[in-house]
Amino acid sequence: MSMNASANGASFWKPLLNLWSWLFLALILVFFEIYAQVEVGTTFLFRVYSLQSLAIAAAQILLLALGLTLVVVAGHIDLSIAFSSGFAAVTMALVVNMFGADGGVLALLAGLAAGILAGVSVGVVNGWLVSRLDVPSFIGTLGTYGIARGAALIVAGGAVVSIQNEAARTFGNGNVLGVPIPVLLAVVLALVCHYILTYTRFGVHTYALGASRASVERAGVDVKRHLMILFVISSVTAAIGGLVYTGRFSAGAANAGEPILLYAVAAVFIGGASLTGGQGTITGTVVGSLIIAVIQFGLVFSGLPPYWQFIAVGFVIIVAVIVDQSRDRLTGARS
Amino acid sequence: MSALLEVEGLRKRFGGNEAVSDVSFAVGPGECVVLAGDNGAGKSTVIKMVSGVYQPTSGEVRFKGRRLTGSFPEAVRGAGIETIYQDLALADNLDPGLNLYLGREKTTRVLGLPVLDRRAMRADAARVMKGLGIELPDPRASVRELSGGQRQAIAIARAIHWEAELVIMDEPTAALGVPEQREVMALIERLKARGVGIILISHNLPDIFAAADRIIVLARGKVAGERRPAETSDEEVVRLMMGAQE
Repeated sequence: MSMNASANGASFWKPLLNLWSWLFLALILVFFEIYAQVEVGTTFLFRVYSLQSLAIAAAQILLLALGLTLVVVAGHIDLSIAFSSGFAAVTMALVVNMFGADGGVLALLAGLAAGILAGVSVGVVNGWLVSRLDVPSFIGTLGTYGIARGAALIVAGGAVVSIQNEAARTFGNGNVLGVPIPVLLAVVLALVCHYILTYTRFGVHTYALGASRASVERAGVDVKRHLMILFVISSVTAAIGGLVYTGRFSAGAANAGEPILLYAVAAVFIGGASLTGGQGTITGTVVGSLIIAVIQFGLVFSGLPPYWQFIAVGFVIIVAVIVDQSRDRLTGARS
Repeated sequence: MSALLEVEGLRKRFGGNEAVSDVSFAVGPGECVVLAGDNGAGKSTVIKMVSGVYQPTSGEVRFKGRRLTGSFPEAVRGAGIETIYQDLALADNLDPGLNLYLGREKTTRVLGLPVLDRRAMRADAARVMKGLGIELPDPRASVRELSGGQRQAIAIARAIHWEAELVIMDEPTAALGVPEQREVMALIERLKARGVGIILISHNLPDIFAAADRIIVLARGKVAGERRPAETSDEEVVRLMMGAQE
């Protein structure tokens, strides 16, 4: 009888807990909209400028969080994304500058390719450390976090590397039918990552790896190769985030990704991933990124000092973990 | 009856320590052979030499007359020998269908892209489980939400589905409650009825007597005795496990 009651309780609460991030997103949007209407007498959300700014902020977070989601689902973490991003941003800027004052589209393409390669190099080192040398990913990627940061600062000579390239400026600031190019890029990459995680064998192995390494190993999957690919994907999506940064600001900075690291990690966990692995979705991470972007933009809109963002995001991370724990308890109650 | 698996003179040394010395036995189709013995008797080492995880120092393993010694675990599985470990190696966060197919997932094509065929895999899982007498309440629920006996059944279903002719089970009832232990014993009977050979590792006497066609008692790496359940008693098996000589 009591078993039945708890099962009913779980079936009532579980969907709500699974949807809490959507509800929370809706709640803060409504909150800021009411605030804007009542206090300022304008709309918060229903302006093209607002939507574009929100979408760009979310896209910048999402680009770092996408690959990270895959790594976290597999039961690992990648802290180096902050500086794979900066390393790629600086590398792109330097390569663009090698083509002279305005090297055009060719310079842009060369810069993008070089930036991606910079990302791949960090990913290969991470993958090698975690899969071949069995270094815990938290420590291994903390190490490469430092290395990529140093490398980016050395390459940049400790400064921000400015570029003058119209094509790169368009890449970072252009629109297609009103949709900013960085946002389009993030949407496409989110779709690709969603496909990988939800519809492919690689995705299933990633979930299984997060639940039990033995299950995948005994199923004949090459776990070392799998981990290597995951860390390369993570670094490459972060690197693309850095490339977008260089395009947006016409400058590559070593710390391009640093303030975003906290937000990217938060987006992944708000989106339903768990530190122990085996859980998490790309749609969840997208919602997580949107929540943080709304908080960021909303607090700026309401005129609070920008430092409140960190407190608000920190608060949401803690709520996300509490929700995750209650969900586990409810699942446990069923068996 | 021609033997499915023949193990002959297996010996395994780890450094100066001989973990297994001169172990020989055979398993026929539809036969359940129990390897009984105390901790450290060498049961697991013998099993790992059969499944290809360890290479024997000397001796030979033959499966359907073909020499298997020296094969890697994947090749052994490919030949039709499936090992079910105590931890079951299930991915708790996935549904039974994906667990059944883990590493060999079914895909279909949507717009030219390969896409997992979750529905087909779920249907197959439900069918195979039904063949084992287990009705899945919700084929979409993750394996985490199933009982210990049902989880064991999924591991066994995986073996059957991939047409294993010999299944090795390492202490399958160790972590289970009494009703679930009975469920697993019933599963073993159904496997036997299908002509699958079984090696069961156990030191639980009721299980041993319930499942075995033959009991091979190992003690200190050697075969201390081989008995049919009808010809022996709890006391004698325990005496052999404790190392009494014949």
